[in-house]
Amino acid sequence: MITLSHYLVLAALLFSISVAGIFLNRKNVIVLLMCIELMLLAVNINFIAFSFFLQDLAGQVFVFFILTVAAAEAAIGLAILVLLFRNRSTIDVQDLDAMKG
Amino acid sequence: MTFELILFYIFGAILLGAALAMISVRNPVHAALFLVLAFFTAAAIWLLLEAEFLAIVLVLVYVGAVMVLFLFVVMMLDINIARLREGFAEFLPAGLVVAAAMATVLTLVITRFITMEAPERAAADYSNTAELGAILYTEYVYPFEIAAVILLVAIIAAISLTMRRRPDTKYVDPATQVKARREGRVRLVSMESVSRDAQKNKSRPSKSRQDESSQDKNK
Repeated sequence: MITLSHYLVLAALLFSISVAGIFLNRKNVIVLLMCIELMLLAVNINFIAFSFFLQDLAGQVFVFFILTVAAAEAAIGLAILVLLFRNRSTIDVQDLDAMKG
Repeated sequence: MTFELILFYIFGAILLGAALAMISVRNPVHAALFLVLAFFTAAAIWLLLEAEFLAIVLVLVYVGAVMVLFLFVVMMLDINIARLREGFAEFLPAGLVVAAAMATVLTLVITRFITMEAPERAAADYSNTAELGAILYTEYVYPFEIAAVILLVAIIAAISLTMRRRPDTKYVDPATQVKARREGRVRLVSMESVSRDAQKNKSRPSKSRQDESSQDKNK
C-alpha cells in the first residue's frame, strides 16, 4: 500500500539532487535557475502529497500560488540573464564581481 | 504490490533519473530537455495524488511556457560550454557529501516519524477543478488577485529589462502618427481669381519680361 512517506522520500531525494546540482553547476547561471525550478517541484510534491493524505485542498491552492510566483521568477531571472549576457558576454557567476561582493 | 505502487515506482525512478541527468549533462539544452521530462513525470505523480488540475497546469504552464522560455534563452545565448564546465570535478565531492547527508537525514526523519495511510479514493463524479475553483474564488480570492498582480509585475519587468532602443532603425512613433492633424499638413492660400481670357492678355507682355529676366540671370 502506498503511504505518505513514499511521496515525501521521493520529494526529499529530488530536493537533495537539486542541491547537488547547485553545487556542481555553480558557474552556469541557466542551470542554476533550472535547479531552483527542480527544488520548487520537490516542495510542490510535498504540498500535494499532504493535501491528498489530509484531504485538504489548501495545499493545492498553495501549489497554485507557488507555480505563479515561480513563473514570474523564471521570467524575470531569464530577462536579467539576457541583459547580463548582452552587457558582459558571459554568464559565468565568477565574472559577476562588479559589486566586489 | 498494488498497481498504484508500481506506477509510483516507475514514475519516481524516471523523475529521479531525469533530475540526475539534468544536473550532470554538459549541454544546457539537454539539461532543459531533461527538466521537461522531470516535469512530465511529476505531473503523472500528481495525477496519482488526485491533483488533476495542477498536473495539467504543470504541463501547460511549465512545459509549455516556462521551459520553452528557458530553451529559447539557452539557444539564443552564445555560451562557451567548456568554460562553464570548469570546476565540475572540483565541486563534485562537496556536492555529493551535502546531497547525501541531506537525503539520509530527511529520509530517516520521514520514514521514522511519519506514518499515514492513503485515504479513500474520491468518487468518479468528483471534480478536482470545480472544488479548487470553489475555494480559490471565495476563500482565497485576495491571494488570487495578488497573484495576478505579481504576474503583471513580471510581464512589465521582463519587457522593460530586455527592451532596447536601437538608434539605427527607422522608426516612427505611433503616437505622433495618431496626433497628425490636417492643420499640420495642409495650408490653404487665398488668391484672387482671374478669368482665363484676362490671364492670356496679361501673360503675353509678362512672358517677354520673364525671358529678359532669365537672360539676365544667365549672364
